[in-house]
Amino acid sequence: MNTIESPNYMNAKKGILSWLFTLDHKRIGILYLIGIMAAFALGGILAMLIRMELIHPGQDIMDADTYNQVFTLHGAVMIFLFIIPSIPAALGNFFLPIMIGARDVAFPKLNLASWWIFIGGSLFAVFSMYAGAVDTGWTFYTPYSTKTGTAVISMTLGVFILGFSSIFTGLNFIVTIHKLRAPGLTWYKLPLFVWGLYATAIIQVLATPVLGMTLILLILERVFQIGIFDPAMGGDPVLFQHFFWFYSHPAVYIMILPGMGIISELISVFAHKKIFGYKAIAYSSLAIAFISFLVWGHHMFVSGQSEIAAMIFSFLTFLVGIPSGIKVFNWLTTLYKGSITFETPMLYALSFLFLFTIGGLTGIFLGALATDVHLHDTYFVVAHFHYVMVGGTVMAFMGGLHYWWPKMFGRMYNEKWAKFAALLIFVGFNITFFTQFILGSQGMPRRYYNYLDQYQPLHAFSSYGSWILGLGFLIAFIYLFYAAFKGRPAGRNPWGALTFEWETPSPPPTENFDKDPVLRHEPYDYDKVLVERTYPEK
Amino acid sequence: MNHKEGHPEFLAHHFAEPEQQHESAKFGMWVFLLTEILLFGGLFLAYTVFRSWNPDMFYNAHLALDRTLGAVNTVVLITSSLTMALAIRSIQLNRKKHSMYFLIATLVFAAVFLVIKYFEYSHKIHLGQLPGKYYTYTGIEGNNPHIFFGIYFAMTGLHGVHVIAGMIIISWILIRASRNHFSHEYYTPMEMTGLYWHLVDLIWIFLFPLFYLIG
Repeated sequence: MNTIESPNYMNAKKGILSWLFTLDHKRIGILYLIGIMAAFALGGILAMLIRMELIHPGQDIMDADTYNQVFTLHGAVMIFLFIIPSIPAALGNFFLPIMIGARDVAFPKLNLASWWIFIGGSLFAVFSMYAGAVDTGWTFYTPYSTKTGTAVISMTLGVFILGFSSIFTGLNFIVTIHKLRAPGLTWYKLPLFVWGLYATAIIQVLATPVLGMTLILLILERVFQIGIFDPAMGGDPVLFQHFFWFYSHPAVYIMILPGMGIISELISVFAHKKIFGYKAIAYSSLAIAFISFLVWGHHMFVSGQSEIAAMIFSFLTFLVGIPSGIKVFNWLTTLYKGSITFETPMLYALSFLFLFTIGGLTGIFLGALATDVHLHDTYFVVAHFHYVMVGGTVMAFMGGLHYWWPKMFGRMYNEKWAKFAALLIFVGFNITFFTQFILGSQGMPRRYYNYLDQYQPLHAFSSYGSWILGLGFLIAFIYLFYAAFKGRPAGRNPWGALTFEWETPSPPPTENFDKDPVLRHEPYDYDKVLVERTYPEK
Repeated sequence: MNHKEGHPEFLAHHFAEPEQQHESAKFGMWVFLLTEILLFGGLFLAYTVFRSWNPDMFYNAHLALDRTLGAVNTVVLITSSLTMALAIRSIQLNRKKHSMYFLIATLVFAAVFLVIKYFEYSHKIHLGQLPGKYYTYTGIEGNNPHIFFGIYFAMTGLHGVHVIAGMIIISWILIRASRNHFSHEYYTPMEMTGLYWHLVDLIWIFLFPLFYLIG
């Protein structure tokens, strides 16, 4: 029974053009996956270079100006080219329509356009590497970004264009979830991954245009010197920070919310137990999306905003801990007395629980005014951010990738290699970044090229960790790539999961389902369905 | 799953019925308009910040704008919104010819708007009432009057780009209408264009008092 079913979306049409101009959301998801993987590889290599340089004080492999360009590109590539589109545009595009029993997203042409815009924006961003790589940091703070001789315009134009790609994906998802659900699939029967994507899409649609406007103003400032960010001309550089973080703080929830959606799926599937607190998890996604718009000022505690504003932003920042905590405790409660199995996706889900909790808690330290003044712009912030983004989002992405790989390609990866890679990634990540919490609390500033000798052992330790981490990802991509073509056929439902995508063949046919999906149970009814499978009625 | 019998030509394969397709398009368009409002929202915020810091300079600088031309342009754009709405009404009644005439009228009004804007711009360029370092005019009292013109050109310029984009889309709709793509059963693209055009009009209705009618 475990064979590759044909025809499927992969072999329905042939030729490179049938991929580049496809309107099939699954193929567009694969195209996105290729694009973001390339970006992840590029950003990863840049990260390894940064750690290589920092292994000793002073110059090791590059000079100080090059170092500034490398960490800027690492940040910009990882954020705008990889992590923002990663889960929604690749896995979301592929699975959102199938999970709600639809044949495609609401606007397939817009979906294809968003991928082409993504490629166009990425080219601008990568082109800036040749045109004089940007050295401002990924935040493009004025006044330096209006003065530096590097290719700020090419990079910000690239990010501006990428923003449209993100907006179109979000818009498409919102309409798809509202209008294309299968008959009978009401909101509270949606898989939680769909809820996560929905909350993400709201932020994408509401916040991204403001970033677009900010970058246009920055370009105008550079080209025409309109002076609105220049104090000498009556402008205000802090205004840029307000504009920038009004998008870029919600943007970190664009990055984490879809990951939380994946974790909700994985925990329930591999604990073989109904998810605990479905509505609480669903609504906490929306709550995070809502609060995300009210906390941007916590990036600016030392930028000269008023004390009362800082206090309000600090208080609002603490509020984010509530819905995040609700999620973590609901996942833990789902695990409690579940029949847990430890397949690779579950290892990533458990890594997420562990690492995201550390990332979240250290976020509370940084949200507190007095501690933030001490920790601001140190490696503590770098470590916190990477615990949330790599320990959170990338772990969820890897979990989702392993979970859905057999559905996307119809073939299974090598479980032993997968577990080994997951272990390397978990260990390597903690060696690299936990060390940076200590560095930061001792006062090592972020983005510095050189440092005092006292920090050298910890810096070197962190760099060794990055090699383990890099090796883990390398192994993962090798066996995943191999599995896509040569793995053993996986069958329709290798995990015994209950959502719609597991009822269709692997890989799915172009129209997603061989027969119209029928809602027989809710997405997490493991208690009921497992009983029926074990004791079938005659 | 092949197309079912009686599946109308305009209905995309992944929708069950025309109603669902129309509702999806409409909802998607409203979400898009929301993003447009937020795009302009950044500029409205910049306007608010700088006007609250420099109330006197903003008052003095706004006197350099021509109220009459601004008012005429407001009337022109509102009228173009009316003709756009009438074009949709006509196609709902299956009057294709009328619908096309109204679309052409909308295009003409949009062009008139841009021509008037061109004269306003060239007058200011001539006087050196320009943003940032290009500001050479000396007749306005107050701190940094170039900021007023920086925001003025950024906001009206972005709005102008939207007018041009609107004209391109309306021309495309006009061509599709002439090829009998629309009828009282299916006119979704024309209706969506109308929604967009009304938003462009609406933004101008905010820009006009904020720049031309201070104080």
